Amino acid sequence: MSATLSTQTTPTARSAWWTIFRTCIEERLVYRGDFALGTLMRFLPIVTQVFLWTAVFASAKTGDGAIRGYTRDDVVAYYLLTMLGRALSSMPGLASGIAAQIRTGEIKKFMIQPIDLIGFCLAARLAHKLVYYTVAIGPFALVFWLCGDYFPEWPSASRFAAFVLALGMGFALGFFLEATLGMIGFWFLEVSSLLFVYMLFNFFFSGHMFPLEFLNGSLPKPLAAVLAYQPLQYLAYFPAAVYLGKLDDEAVLRGLALQAGWVLFFFMTCRWSMHAGMKRYSGYGG
Amino acid sequence: MSQNAAPPPPHSLLDYVRLFFMFAQNSLIRDMTFRSNFLIELVTGSVWVFMNLGFYLLIYQFTDAIAGWGQYQFFVFIATTILVNSMVQVFFMPNMQELSELVRTGGLDFALLKPIDTQFLLSLRKINWSSAGNFIVALGLLVVSLGQLPGQPTLLGACLYPLYLIAGVLLLYSVMMTLAATSIWLGRNQSLYDFWFYITSFSRYPMEIYGGSTLGDGLRLAFTYLIPILVVINVPAQLMAKPLDADSAYLAGYALLATVAGLTFSRWLFKRALESYRSASS
Repeated sequence: MSATLSTQTTPTARSAWWTIFRTCIEERLVYRGDFALGTLMRFLPIVTQVFLWTAVFASAKTGDGAIRGYTRDDVVAYYLLTMLGRALSSMPGLASGIAAQIRTGEIKKFMIQPIDLIGFCLAARLAHKLVYYTVAIGPFALVFWLCGDYFPEWPSASRFAAFVLALGMGFALGFFLEATLGMIGFWFLEVSSLLFVYMLFNFFFSGHMFPLEFLNGSLPKPLAAVLAYQPLQYLAYFPAAVYLGKLDDEAVLRGLALQAGWVLFFFMTCRWSMHAGMKRYSGYGG
Repeated sequence: MSQNAAPPPPHSLLDYVRLFFMFAQNSLIRDMTFRSNFLIELVTGSVWVFMNLGFYLLIYQFTDAIAGWGQYQFFVFIATTILVNSMVQVFFMPNMQELSELVRTGGLDFALLKPIDTQFLLSLRKINWSSAGNFIVALGLLVVSLGQLPGQPTLLGACLYPLYLIAGVLLLYSVMMTLAATSIWLGRNQSLYDFWFYITSFSRYPMEIYGGSTLGDGLRLAFTYLIPILVVINVPAQLMAKPLDADSAYLAGYALLATVAGLTFSRWLFKRALESYRSASS
């Protein structure tokens, strides 16, 4: 008995992570037909957006044919780039999933097992994103190649590095921000209406509907200042604007630093709210 | 023996109308059980409408017209979109979303055992009353926008408008049923809603924007004649916001034909899909 025990080492943190990661990949691939179909469909709105913006620019009132520094081609390229950014930073079902676990009491398993809730969610997300990208890289490459004419020249190596960094931090920011929202479930149990409000803000202020420059001049001054510093812009607008060269070097560096600051902020808020929440959590029944 | 016999299955149209009202009543009772949730859903739904309007208000700061649609003409278009879509949400959407889960869990068995038309039961079992809020908001938007237009809509246009709203709802329902049939074949179709959203997103813009290029003309033809979703909003919106001409009359005639064809086709496909349903529960 003791011999068997001694050969069975307790799972290391790394092997636990690996197991979670692998299981989530397998889980994602169970309903392959559904998944592949869903991935392909995601590219359809680009087509309508191209036509919509073409129609808008065809009768634009601005003399130089550009709106706030964006030509039609820029807007289409911007839209494609935000899709790339959002594919990384959007976390469908993360916040509502955490809140549901709190409500149903499933969260108990994370309290009694040596697995960290946030770490588990992160591993699961990474696995899902990896599978998503393995499948989606085909359609993404095809669409970007087809729309190559809309893009300006390739950015410089340092610009491109900043773009990749912004995308990577966008993933982290999206994850920790949504996880924090989910933790609010410890206090309110039902967060779906709160998430809806978040979605509304996201709609306008992440810049996935239009470049945030379009709001310049339409917002009162205090709001404009908030717009410049709020975290949602890093989920979609910022990486795209970096790539398209809409920001000068100084603005890019400042943006990256601010983005890193927001990632750190939500990383800490997320941990803190999980611990505070678990302390006040009470589960009943089996 | 006879006293134990089950009530006869509904056959007449009147029986189905009665059933429908019973579904509607039950759904309302369920919604009213969670009253504050219902109110929140009403409010959030209409906030979404205003956000969308905000987006187009922003666009119209930079342009006078999108593909020949002035700001208030376009707002009539948006109001029409919301009217049609809110009716789809009220009557069909929650049921269709549930269908894919019913297939996966095997719950569809119970629907098949009921002595009424399966498509009727699965399509209208739940009425989502909270989506009706958007309908009211859209009516308001329609009235305000029409007041801002230089000319009034023709009497004929105004009379045909409700008819074409219903035709639009039925056409979208056909597309939805067709997609639902695929969930029976695939075993699960969680992306059903995404699918639906992305396909119908083509119908949310004036058809004139799909023009001037091979791809645009192709899309316009495909979404008019192959999957006729472009007529869903465009026909009623044109009747209200634009002067009638030969083209719009032709399109209006075609839209009715497409609705009948769509309903027939989707029912046929759904029945075929049901034949290949393998219960997941046993």
